Amino acid sequence: MAESAQLTLEQPRTTLPSITDADVPEGPRRGVRGYTPRQLFDLFGSMLGAVALATLLFGWFLPLDGPIGWFVVAFVSFLVLYALMVRTDADRQEVADRVVTVLIGSAGVILIGALVFIVVYTLTRGSEAMFHWNFLTQTMQYAGPLDPLSVGGIMHAIVGTLIQISIALVITVPLGIGTAVYLNEVGGRFARFVRTVSDAMTALPSIVAGLFVYAALIQAVTKERSGLAAAIAITVMMMPIVVRSADVVLRLVPQNLREASYALGSSRWSTVWHVVLPTARSGLVTAVILGTARGIGETSPVLLTSGITAALNTNPLSGPMISLPLQVFDFVRSPEPTMVARGFGAAAVLLALVLTLFLIARALGGKAPGELSDRQRRRALEASKRDLDRFTIRANRAAPLDEFEPPASLEKVTA
Amino acid sequence: MTLVLDEAGLALAAPDKARAINVLPGLTDRIFRTVAYAAGGITVAIMVAVGLFLSLRASTALRVAGFSFLTQRAWAPEHQIFGVGAVLFGTVTIALIALAISLPLSLGTALLLSEVVGGRLRGVLVTLVDLMAAVPSIVFGLWGVYFLQAEIIPVSQWIATSFSWITVFAVTNADGSSATDASAFTSSAFIAGIVVGLMVVPTQTSIMREAFTRAPIGEREGAYALGATRWGMIRTVVLPFGTGGIIGGTMLGLGRALGETIAVYMIISPIFDINWQVLKTGSNSVSALIALRYGEASDFGLSALMAAGLVLFVLTLIVNFTASSIVARSRSGAESDG
Repeated sequence: MAESAQLTLEQPRTTLPSITDADVPEGPRRGVRGYTPRQLFDLFGSMLGAVALATLLFGWFLPLDGPIGWFVVAFVSFLVLYALMVRTDADRQEVADRVVTVLIGSAGVILIGALVFIVVYTLTRGSEAMFHWNFLTQTMQYAGPLDPLSVGGIMHAIVGTLIQISIALVITVPLGIGTAVYLNEVGGRFARFVRTVSDAMTALPSIVAGLFVYAALIQAVTKERSGLAAAIAITVMMMPIVVRSADVVLRLVPQNLREASYALGSSRWSTVWHVVLPTARSGLVTAVILGTARGIGETSPVLLTSGITAALNTNPLSGPMISLPLQVFDFVRSPEPTMVARGFGAAAVLLALVLTLFLIARALGGKAPGELSDRQRRRALEASKRDLDRFTIRANRAAPLDEFEPPASLEKVTA
Repeated sequence: MTLVLDEAGLALAAPDKARAINVLPGLTDRIFRTVAYAAGGITVAIMVAVGLFLSLRASTALRVAGFSFLTQRAWAPEHQIFGVGAVLFGTVTIALIALAISLPLSLGTALLLSEVVGGRLRGVLVTLVDLMAAVPSIVFGLWGVYFLQAEIIPVSQWIATSFSWITVFAVTNADGSSATDASAFTSSAFIAGIVVGLMVVPTQTSIMREAFTRAPIGEREGAYALGATRWGMIRTVVLPFGTGGIIGGTMLGLGRALGETIAVYMIISPIFDINWQVLKTGSNSVSALIALRYGEASDFGLSALMAAGLVLFVLTLIVNFTASSIVARSRSGAESDG
């Protein structure tokens, strides 16, 4: 050790070049992003060529018709033309790079285009029924399949969905979050078992959850389909999803926050209540809302358990209570165009509900644990200022040591 | 929190011996632990009850059918002849077609989102893809029945005539001649597969994207510094690092595709036979079978359906566990420090 210490004192054997600002040649900053005109020409030129080629080939040489066939031909010829264009002034590596970039880009365009199209298609076809106000305020009780859209609506299905999902949430949220807290804050061998079981249950196909409730509850006990049975089926399906995502969120709470809390002498419970849960709040809300969106949209567990009705039923304990996805399914089983239009209308309402839930989840969540909004940060600052003032006042009182009150408990400081 | 120190141990203060620390949890803590334990216990009880109930009820039917349950194609529990041979084949076919559709799309989109686009556009697109994961399956089913079916039949016809030498793409009538009529192509496994494929793409994409963005920046820049093009960098750095994510994401998508009910039920016309011609009308799946037959089922019939559901559950369970172990091996999300 001593030898090596001496060695460092000797002259360094490598000469480090001394770079000062003056030595660095000044030059214009090179742009590494964006496209040169030549590249744009390649891209749009081959696109144009492909469109022309496909239109030419189409119907003349290939036994294809329909827009999808045209698109396939145009896309393949675009790729070939583009590769040839790029090859004229670039090496093989660059050709591969550009062609792959185009492929990746088109995968994204096709996928996002298709998904957006599905949503827009449903909303557009659903707007026909949605333009009638009665669609949201009436039930189908006095409306037959042949009645025009100005009669009847899906109020009963909306109410049914809301009741069922509320019951499911009342069971799922405390149990799901409680389980996630147990997995993360208590732990132990049993917790590992719980985690494995709930991971396994995410694989339970939703129809099997429905079948379980149908056999175990409807056939064996109640002998009739009801909103409660549907809610329980949704619960069985939703529970593993909520447990799993809440578990992931709680796992992301930094360990040193917990340790700091324990170091301040707080108990396990007050650590969970005042540190862990508030830190993970937005993530937990997101987990619950996304689970809710899944629960609302799932048709198959409800198909077996809720029963189909055209009338409003607000009692989950008896009688069939239809929900939105099942109502859609029931509407489109009819060949009547007005019923199909109602089906699309109900699907549009369902979609709007799910998308709203998702956007709320995005607005609330999407933040890492502990990351605060401006308002929250201001509030936290004000709270600490108040604490500081209180401590200063108390210190200024200069009370004798034996009468000194310990500072308020942690609960009061954070509240 | 009450800390009771062992006073004798403290007094002795042996220098090389750790002090015994006994923590006696306070009342609130004991209540908290009990409640948390109870929540975990209830959750597990519900889930185990589902599993046990399914297995118990299914065992009645399984005992009658024996191993032929997996191979028998017909479904007539009232005559004691039933099995999941045909429906399981249909389920797997539809899931594989879904995978063939979703894998290139999700791989490409995940690379696009992690490597090509940046800034605000990336945020918007990521939100859009996540949003699509929440779209109810009945909406996909409606789209499949009322839009895709009519548009895709010409393509099916073209594939069937151009590639009829590949057995799975050929579409033949009962007498063996090739069918060209559009009605022979409706309600096929192919159409159901496309719809289910689009349904699982968002899930797959977000898992793959997460794996890709985790590829280390040093290796990325190393590849660029050695003169690699972007594709060269992706091929040598991003894809090898993201292999776990690709496999895991694909399999999670597969798990969801296997269990999908309502879209498949709406599109296919159910048959109880093995149909190798994926473009031809008629297919089936376990979940569609349950949705189709539960209403008329007797007690024994219900038990047979439970057995079918159990087989499906075991299948998705294997797929999901393999997937999550692969994903978990490719990242260490178990611990995190702030």
